[in-house]
Amino acid sequence: MWSSATGADTVGGVPARFVAAPASTEEAAAVLTAAARENLAVVVRGGGTKLDWGVPPRRLDLIVDTGRLTGVVEHAAGDLIMVARAGTPLAALDLGGQQLALDTSLPGATIGGTVAAGTSGPRRMLYGTARDLLIGITVVLPDGRVTHAGGKVVKNVAGYDLGKLYTGAYGTLGLITECAFRLHPRPPAAAIVQRAAPAAEIGALLAAVRAEQVVPSAVEIDAVAEGPVTLAVLVEGTAAGVRDRATRLEKVLGGQTTEKVPGWWGRYPWGRVGMKLTVPLSRVPDLLGLGAAVRGSAGTGVLYADVPVAGAPAVVERLRATAVRAGGHAVVLTAPPEVREAVDMWGPVPGLALMRRVKDRFDPDHRFAPGRFVGGI
Amino acid sequence: MTMLDALAARLGAELGADRIVNDRQQLRTYECDGLAHYKVIPGLVVLPLDADECARTVRACVEAGVPFVARGSGTGLSGGALPHAEGVLIVTSKMRTIVEVAPGDERAVVEPGVINLHVTKAATPHGYYYAPDPSSQQICSIGGNVAENSGGAHCLKYGFTTNHVTGAQVVTPDGELVELGGRAPDTPGYDLLGAFVGSEGTLGIATRVTVRLTRLPESVRTLLAAFADTDQAGAATSAIIAAGVVPAAVEMMDALAIEAAEAAVACGYPAGAGAVLIVELDGPAAEVDTQFDQVTALCEANGAFELRAAADPAERALFWKGRKSAFAAVGRISPDYIVQDGVIPRTALPEMLHRIGEVARAAGVRVANVFHAGDGNLHPLVLFDDAVPGEAERAEEVSGAIIDLCIAHGGSITGEHGVGTDKARFMPRMFTDDDLAAMHLLRCAFDPAGLANPGKIFPTPRLCGEVPRRHKAGEPAAAELF
Repeated sequence: MWSSATGADTVGGVPARFVAAPASTEEAAAVLTAAARENLAVVVRGGGTKLDWGVPPRRLDLIVDTGRLTGVVEHAAGDLIMVARAGTPLAALDLGGQQLALDTSLPGATIGGTVAAGTSGPRRMLYGTARDLLIGITVVLPDGRVTHAGGKVVKNVAGYDLGKLYTGAYGTLGLITECAFRLHPRPPAAAIVQRAAPAAEIGALLAAVRAEQVVPSAVEIDAVAEGPVTLAVLVEGTAAGVRDRATRLEKVLGGQTTEKVPGWWGRYPWGRVGMKLTVPLSRVPDLLGLGAAVRGSAGTGVLYADVPVAGAPAVVERLRATAVRAGGHAVVLTAPPEVREAVDMWGPVPGLALMRRVKDRFDPDHRFAPGRFVGGI
Repeated sequence: MTMLDALAARLGAELGADRIVNDRQQLRTYECDGLAHYKVIPGLVVLPLDADECARTVRACVEAGVPFVARGSGTGLSGGALPHAEGVLIVTSKMRTIVEVAPGDERAVVEPGVINLHVTKAATPHGYYYAPDPSSQQICSIGGNVAENSGGAHCLKYGFTTNHVTGAQVVTPDGELVELGGRAPDTPGYDLLGAFVGSEGTLGIATRVTVRLTRLPESVRTLLAAFADTDQAGAATSAIIAAGVVPAAVEMMDALAIEAAEAAVACGYPAGAGAVLIVELDGPAAEVDTQFDQVTALCEANGAFELRAAADPAERALFWKGRKSAFAAVGRISPDYIVQDGVIPRTALPEMLHRIGEVARAAGVRVANVFHAGDGNLHPLVLFDDAVPGEAERAEEVSGAIIDLCIAHGGSITGEHGVGTDKARFMPRMFTDDDLAAMHLLRCAFDPAGLANPGKIFPTPRLCGEVPRRHKAGEPAAAELF
């Protein structure tokens, strides 16, 4: 069922005792049924790219690794849908003229990990995030029961949309073994229009892009802690359409079209302390010039910050206060232990009492990723 | 004094007598929603003016142990707002303030009774609109849309209500007001908002909703294509999708649906068409023009015998008039009809239509087909005459058989109308016991007493029970197992 862990099998510095690598949903169910019987604390591991995120588990016995739970189960091109096993790396998907429009910043990230952590990238602006693209899901509950929600069709309102509940739940409600997604055609052409500008001008430039009816796939900014900000807008579509839209953006921004994707595009900016900041669109400029390099989707109000380790708690507080005042949130995604102990990783979370009740129902023994999520869930 | 009388007296005193309806004749006006063959006269109706009154009403229900059902405009087609005879119907129609339109944030904040189309009307002067557009958008409410996760003709490209709601203030089934999501994206913690949208009033009542506004497209072009039969129209749809075009909408109607629409609204569709497609493209003009030529050519190549491009908004509206009035229009050619709502993988469309034809012929029942061809969401209209003995039963059988066919094709029992009262019995055919048990876990987290819209979605009532006692951390060793 499982084997002994090695020294590398840790989560946020906490060593596991055992590792299991089921090759099917049925095997996973058998593992989790046994783990429930033995009262083992479980953390699910995909590509292992985000194990340093969140809070380390309060206790850890068993890592369930999805490394053998891979492959595309079905790609129905005519229906624009795909079903894949959770351990499939996003980068390994080969969907021909179609795409699963989920960006990942982390090479090696799997489908299951991307859904469980709810990560997104620049193109979320046009295509939405995992929650929007996921149309069906198979989850083994902590007690070992295999459950499905949603289905294989894009339009479906039968039953609760549990896929959304599992998305971004950090593996605290069960083990995702299979996901169904809606797909998009791969656009034949794309262009990025770039402009560097002082931070003070970014708000007006963003508003100008919004006013144009060019339907960007992404509007990203890259801002060093002090100094000019780079704004980059991606348009995708037909060759003729992209040319026309890029030309209009060049005028509006006073910028230039580039064939090459900038090196920073879609990459997290942080070294050791990384934050995710979310604000309403009009408040994106508030996050600039607060002592941290900031990068991300200015087109949706989802940015990432690189917080210097020295003095991190003060910068975290400043960013959080600004985001919360604007109506958003600020989460420390990753930090070394000394910083982690000095800050509140998740910040204020509305609806926490209801979330605890959800956790209590799905995982009454609190064995799944205990303590890693909001409010110690 | 009955429990409901006591509740009426309490709420009348707390909120004001004008919020309460307990006259039998007046109560009768709330006996059904848009699915009129299910009727239950509610025990009591309360019309709160704001979130606080709504929460107080729910708390009073909880204290009395009385079930409650939320209702918006009452246009739902699955009986989701069917009242409870011994319960309270909470009607949100007096909560219809558009609290804020914030184009700079691409958001609007509205009360649940606000009419869907009014959001778009408020946003349009700023260059924005609210994308989900159910056919009933002139009368249906945002609160109802949230409860049902309403779709519409344009969800092929733009998604459903759930993709356009970023926050909601909700009265939970224990009467607490909580904020789910917000104006900014990605609120930390569980996506309870995502689970709430489409929960059909079983997880609480939305009292304020923050919606995403979408920038108006620069160009909208609409094509009406007439084909000899639905096979050709289906092949054209497949070709459009295969070409990598994502139209804003692809709608299909078959000959019987066209006949009904003509009789009702004289939409002037091409004579002799066995099927029509309405294909709409929107976006930047340069993109739309290129793709419009592509779509036109694909329709022609797949046998379209007449193609009309809407020359102006008036002609576009006329194309849509036939489609959007189709449900009601069927009343012109049949005294009674059932509106079905099922989903199949889009590529199964031609085969599915033949199977529906076979089932209908075998039962001696006529079926008109209207559907969102782009995403495989069918709306077969099963025609019957209630005055003829046995016809209603045969129509019910055909309607149920269509849903079974949807399930057999790997589809869904509902694409946008919801499960409600009508389809609860089909849920076990689409989901296993364990699947339903997982949904029930969520239900119990929100509503352990089972008072919020009981009897909807799930086929059999289940009790929640206590949360099992937790084990102590770090108990037994598992060393013996490996």
